[in-house]
Amino acid sequence: MAAASFTAAKFLAPVAARSGGDRAPQLPASARPRRGAQQQQPRLRTALAVSSDVLAGNKAAAAQPAVTREEALELYEDMVLGRIFEDMCAQMYYRGKMFGFVHLYNGQEAVSTGFIKLLNQADCVVSTYRDHVHALSKGVPPRSVMAELFGKATGCCRGQGGSMHMFSAPHNLLGGFAFIGEGIPVATGAAFAAKYRHEVLKQSGPDGLDVTLAFFGDGTCNNGQFFECLNMAQLWKLPIVFVVENNLWAIGMSHLRATSDPEIWKKGPAFGMPGVHVDGMDVLKVREVAKEAIERARRGEGPTLVECETYRFRGHSLADPDELRKPDEKSHYAARDPITALKKYIIEQNLATESELKSIEKTIDDVVEEAVEFADASPHPPRSQLLENVFADPKGFGIGPDGKYRCEDPKFTQGTAQV
Amino acid sequence: MAAAAATASSLHGVGAAAAAKPRSAAPAARRSVRVAAAGSSRGRLVARNAVAAKADEAAAAAGSKSGGHEVLMFEALREALIEEMNLDPTVCVMGEDVGHYGGSYKVTKGLADMFGDLRVLDTPIAENSFTGMGVGAAMKGLRPVVEGMNMGFLLLAYNQISNNCGMLHYTSGGQFKIPIVIRGPGGVGRQLGAEHSQRLESYFQSIPGLQMVACSTPYNAKGLMKAAIRSENPVVLFEHVLLYNLKEKIPDEEYICCLEEAEMVRPGEHVTILTYSRMRYHVMQAAKTLVNKGYDPEVIDIRSLKPFDLHTIGNSIKKTHRVLIVEECMRTGGIGASLRSAIIDNFWDYLDAPIMCLSSQDVPTPYAATLEDATVVQPAQIVAAVEQICQ
Repeated sequence: MAAASFTAAKFLAPVAARSGGDRAPQLPASARPRRGAQQQQPRLRTALAVSSDVLAGNKAAAAQPAVTREEALELYEDMVLGRIFEDMCAQMYYRGKMFGFVHLYNGQEAVSTGFIKLLNQADCVVSTYRDHVHALSKGVPPRSVMAELFGKATGCCRGQGGSMHMFSAPHNLLGGFAFIGEGIPVATGAAFAAKYRHEVLKQSGPDGLDVTLAFFGDGTCNNGQFFECLNMAQLWKLPIVFVVENNLWAIGMSHLRATSDPEIWKKGPAFGMPGVHVDGMDVLKVREVAKEAIERARRGEGPTLVECETYRFRGHSLADPDELRKPDEKSHYAARDPITALKKYIIEQNLATESELKSIEKTIDDVVEEAVEFADASPHPPRSQLLENVFADPKGFGIGPDGKYRCEDPKFTQGTAQV
Repeated sequence: MAAAAATASSLHGVGAAAAAKPRSAAPAARRSVRVAAAGSSRGRLVARNAVAAKADEAAAAAGSKSGGHEVLMFEALREALIEEMNLDPTVCVMGEDVGHYGGSYKVTKGLADMFGDLRVLDTPIAENSFTGMGVGAAMKGLRPVVEGMNMGFLLLAYNQISNNCGMLHYTSGGQFKIPIVIRGPGGVGRQLGAEHSQRLESYFQSIPGLQMVACSTPYNAKGLMKAAIRSENPVVLFEHVLLYNLKEKIPDEEYICCLEEAEMVRPGEHVTILTYSRMRYHVMQAAKTLVNKGYDPEVIDIRSLKPFDLHTIGNSIKKTHRVLIVEECMRTGGIGASLRSAIIDNFWDYLDAPIMCLSSQDVPTPYAATLEDATVVQPAQIVAAVEQICQ
């Protein structure tokens, strides 16, 4: 598979033959901001659309590998972890170990790995309900994720969140959200905090601003919060990358049936930020684009909208019969399996041997097995845990008739809580 | 009457109010003497405290250690914001027109000049998203104060307030705290129309993980604002459109009001009147009439809408055995409804009469002045209710 040769210049060059965008009128003087704090930005809408079709023609790039051996193996291992973990989730679900709505990520691994492996520990990731693999890529231990899925007290959220609410403060994973779109403002807030730390608190990291990645799907791109946050992020040049995992389906709603203009990357330039389309089944292309977008954010140049064309091999969730998607569409994308593609690339470029890759797979199998054993052996949360994290400051439970704060009453967690 | 506490202050211009007292100020002996003298709760109800109000006012004014200074309610809120923003650089403000415009009720006037455009952030009109942005910023160490230009606009932010403010500390297993303050003016104003006259406290009260307070005087506005900012919980601070120009003398020295405590406005013997926000003033106006008619109402401004200060409320009910709740919420599912249930659950044995609750009508607030007046509780209704309870 051809690696993307992606330069910053290409990223920001204006797109030819796009009507109207380059000829946006200047703001009248009365409407310009009075104070200098917000710079008057040029009103040109610069953006570049990059489709893998365009890049495929780039023969020169194919000559050299885009990654080192270490990087390639790291990417491979991460994608294999994502795949094997999700397959194990399906098994465990059908064996009655996990319940509720479980949304699996099979097929989309290139997006998670391609983006998140470029981040530092201080960078933040915000996801949706399809968040297991984002958690794993960000470094949350598989046993913590599995225990959370089993609803055990040793889960990353003490069993209180579940599949759709993965959080990890040490890894800066800010959720796991069940309603689509509701994580995007949270991501925007995390990016705002990064900018605030730099400008107000004068705490600067050595590399630049801490970056936040917001992952969400094609369905979310018709939601108000998406547009509101694109606006605010660009307005204040927040260090955020909006990553659209366009897998063409929102449960049973085809993207084409739900969206007036299905080319999501185009919506970036409408807000003044670059909009990029990338082949989301190719981890190296995703990584190229991610590198530039993350660096832009870190330098303080503002947000980028990246649309990744990807596909989920399983249904929307384990409860979805998945009857609406056509077999030829599924087989088209199955043939573009990102793990198979990377494996082929690694072997063709002589970065590693087949047996080395097999041993990585074996190691990951063991890791996931161990995670299941750990989760199985872990205790269920005790009854007394029920009311423990409702308020950070437990005085929020109020003053009881005896004058003490109710949460200090040892019997408080038994029986029905009274106001 | 017991002496006012050092931190009390008196209120001008809205009808005489007794000084605010801390919870256990009245000595027990004096209380029982008064109860004995008043006869049984069903017998003659003779007012012993008709002149108490005036004496308390005098005592209260002397309560502040230094001279104190007069402020309007919006200035008190502003002072609180400035003090907290000076003390802690992670405190920031976000909302529509809070910056250059100074806030539509002038609560943030001048703050952008003092603290800059990032700490006093003028947001676009996107309540759900900027409230969510406040949540994300809070998760990452800031302490945002999010303003809804009118509380009603925060209906647009309900997704973020319910799911994220309320829930994230819990669903993350305690990993992330959300020390956010959400504030804004609500309540029925003067012919503002239905959508600008909403009372969101009843809509938000069920959300687990959210704490709610309502301020009613410049003194408690400043104290509650400071406490809310310092709290690690997400706190919704309810202000009222008609109270921003209330004037009061508040202490020069720094003070904080406890978020979970109710305020004793006027101690009494015959009936406990529980109220909050603007209705406090209708109650105090009714109290003047009631005192002239020989009644001795105890008025408590509950302040903490979630959780209820059942300690103060309970002590009062144990004394008076009769409860009247006066609120501005709609009748259905209002704060009064919850308070009634809580009182019945906890203090049933102490009640001598059914709890009465006066609420606003279940109508969208009409524009016409006569109709608008009829939607909220008026002092005459409060007087009639007390007369009924105390029969």
